[in-house]
Amino acid sequence: MAAEKAEMDALKKECDALRTQIEAARKAANDGSMSAAAGGVASVGRVQLKLRKNLKGHLAKIYAMHWSADSRSMVSASQDGKLLVWDTFTGNKLVAVPLKSAWVMSVDFAPSGNLVASGGLDNICTVYNIKAASPKTLRELDAHTGYLSCCRFLSDSEILTASGDTTCCLWDLETGKQKIIFTNHIGDCMSLALSPDMNYFISGACDSLAKLWDVREGACKQTFSGHTSDINAIAFFPSGNAVITGSDDCSCKMYDLRADQEVLDYTDSSLNAGVTSLALSNSGRLIFAGYDDFNCHIWDSLKGEKVGVLSGHDNRVSCTGVPEDGMGVCTGSWDSFLKLWN
Amino acid sequence: MAASWRLRAVLSSRMSSKAPSSNSVAHARRIVQQLKVEAGFERIKVSKASADLMTYCTENARNDPLLMGIQASENPFKDKKPCTIL
Repeated sequence: MAAEKAEMDALKKECDALRTQIEAARKAANDGSMSAAAGGVASVGRVQLKLRKNLKGHLAKIYAMHWSADSRSMVSASQDGKLLVWDTFTGNKLVAVPLKSAWVMSVDFAPSGNLVASGGLDNICTVYNIKAASPKTLRELDAHTGYLSCCRFLSDSEILTASGDTTCCLWDLETGKQKIIFTNHIGDCMSLALSPDMNYFISGACDSLAKLWDVREGACKQTFSGHTSDINAIAFFPSGNAVITGSDDCSCKMYDLRADQEVLDYTDSSLNAGVTSLALSNSGRLIFAGYDDFNCHIWDSLKGEKVGVLSGHDNRVSCTGVPEDGMGVCTGSWDSFLKLWN
Repeated sequence: MAASWRLRAVLSSRMSSKAPSSNSVAHARRIVQQLKVEAGFERIKVSKASADLMTYCTENARNDPLLMGIQASENPFKDKKPCTIL
């Protein structure tokens, strides 16, 4: 017992020393502020986007949406127990997928456009073939011991999931089995995003940390701190060198991966609502962040200034997405509507 | 936000009872191992990181429709008004 206590004390000391070392190394690399450096970049002015479409169809709160790679179809998930696939050019509903469990938290479109996936309080990630005559359940990925908060396809044969059981997982869709389990978070995992080159992904959790993982190795490479509450939303900057996070602490942050630290904080004293979702414009210059205050606020990612707002929802904005061609923004809300803006 | 999901999870009885780590020394060793990995990371300067991010934005600005604006005739989401041939 005494030997064990001695070892624990030694390990704790080593932990503290390593944390101090990391902080010192980050400080040494912090030779100038990003927002000051961005002083020389031209302002984007006021970003005023118009509401182009109001998509009605869901009968309850919308929790998630995701664009298809064709930048035209889009899938949304609601606690009315349905996934709806929309043609956003016409506003028509293309496919309705009835869910076994109405408590859905996440939805994703496979890059091929053939499959969609969803999951939530059932702890299961269900994959559907929507190109069949009527939507067919392809796989039920059942191994998480907590709710499914996020799912992201790498291809028609692999998918990543994030869970309230504090782990993320890479699944083989051909066998329906787990390939790799990513463990390191000490709080519910709430969101994940794949790097542009698909070799890494980033996760945000209720331990207020964001972690970078190697998809193939299964290892946690870097940990980013700074938020003071749950990280609900996370996205890669298009160059792959930075990530943006959105949190219940009412702020968004940008972390640079190569500098291994926070480089910008997006806060406004008048904004006292948690961030639920976020998406970036194609150049990475604009951040569209959905908040509990019923709005989607637009930030200049380089200068850290608020440059616009998308107002119109009558309840919390729960999901936000920009298609691959960057031609618009979609916001989904607890008011049961999806809105398209550009 | 997660708090409401955890509450629902409890109400629908699917919360896992996570077994406490039986070997806390092993757990502490894993934490130290992870911190060693993170401490070994080679960082670049924030000034270089910022410069690269700014360069990326400015170089890709012209490929960003939401930044540049979209012509009405090329806007896929804009409702097309019906034409009347006089």
